[in-house]
Amino acid sequence: MASEDSTLISLVEKASEGDRRSVGRLLTLVERGGYSAEQVAEATYTLSGNSHVIGITGAPGAGKSTLTACLARDLAVSEYKPAVLAVDPSSPLTGGAILGDRVRMEEASEAGAFIRSMATRGHAGGLALAVPGMVRVFDAFGFNPIIIETVGVGQVEVDVASAADTVVVVVTSGWGDAVQANKAGLLEIADLFVVNKADRPGASDARRDLELMIDLSQITGQATRRPDIVMTTATEGEGLDEFTKAIFEHRELLFGGEQISIRRSKRWKAEVRSRLDYLLSEVAKESIENLEEKKSSSPGSVAREIAENLLKKDEL
Amino acid sequence: MSKKENAPIRIVLAKLGLDGHDRGLKVVARMLRDSGMEVVYLGLRQTTEMVVTAVEQEDADAVGISMHNAGHLTLAPRIVKALEDAGLDVPVVVGGIVPESDLEAMAEAGVAGVLGPGSSAEDVATCVREAVAARGE
Repeated sequence: MASEDSTLISLVEKASEGDRRSVGRLLTLVERGGYSAEQVAEATYTLSGNSHVIGITGAPGAGKSTLTACLARDLAVSEYKPAVLAVDPSSPLTGGAILGDRVRMEEASEAGAFIRSMATRGHAGGLALAVPGMVRVFDAFGFNPIIIETVGVGQVEVDVASAADTVVVVVTSGWGDAVQANKAGLLEIADLFVVNKADRPGASDARRDLELMIDLSQITGQATRRPDIVMTTATEGEGLDEFTKAIFEHRELLFGGEQISIRRSKRWKAEVRSRLDYLLSEVAKESIENLEEKKSSSPGSVAREIAENLLKKDEL
Repeated sequence: MSKKENAPIRIVLAKLGLDGHDRGLKVVARMLRDSGMEVVYLGLRQTTEMVVTAVEQEDADAVGISMHNAGHLTLAPRIVKALEDAGLDVPVVVGGIVPESDLEAMAEAGVAGVLGPGSSAEDVATCVREAVAARGE
């Protein structure tokens, strides 16, 4: 492991001098998990915590990539150093993936944004472990803001995006009616709604349905702050200034008060939790593999017995 | 540091310059995905710099370039050199129309593999896998 450690130190050194190749390598180490990932996490943890993290999610085809690309481009041409982590699903059958976000992000990339594509790699827990670590790598080496883009399908993808400082949910006209809007899930996590493809018929209906849903959340006292709604036609460049402005306003709101520390402490706890879940399931794996089915003992009682035995261990 | 033992191979796929025939590239992307690789798809009208940037940021293991405009003798060596100059030790595989008489020149220029029309999904995946394995670390 000694040579791995020295490689890691030199990667961290080069990355802090602005070497993007080293940042790319560190991201890979975190993505792969295991020992190296933990080492990178240790090396970057104290350096991070300064960047504004934006999560962008929504249904497939809503325009998340295009909006993300426009935002990253506009930030990169002004005084910012944005990074994008674009998450796409892996094929459940082969484990492979086609990561196509860079196609739309050409201008952002040329303007200097760092763009990294990531596949979900099947294992549900993996994404929840890797994404915070990868965000921390960007954070530690001065990328700000950091944009996480995920498809709003699947709980983990939604969780990952919602673990951001500012959560943007992208919808389009015809995405659903007022009843859909009240279904739990995506819509409850938004700090900012974008109704994209606003040039299409039905966009104002979509806005009205969202307003209604938000009104109801206010009545039931579930929401603390009324999320903004921005109308955009990303492909035509319309509404993008308002979109960027709304994100900055939310940032001001967060960083100007207590909100940011409340959110981050929640996020910190959630990450401890997913790391703990991971550690425990790794240890349990062995005990489970060696099990033989016994008709006399229920799965629940066996699980309890294993847990009790594991708790007697001195270290994992 | 050992290269991704269990992790999928990550490959950047692109077409360079004003070559608009991207059907082949799309088919290859699908073939590689179905063989378990992660394909970072750049698509049409890419420049050498864009490919280098993508390899750097995506920490890719290989590059696949599709060419149907007889530019391979100019463009393929240029990509190989640009990657080398950037300190990126990744193999370049070329797919598309490359006459047999040019194969030697391509190999000399450092191109790791050439895939012509009619290559099967297995040929494509094997070519990329072998090119990546040959670099090792």
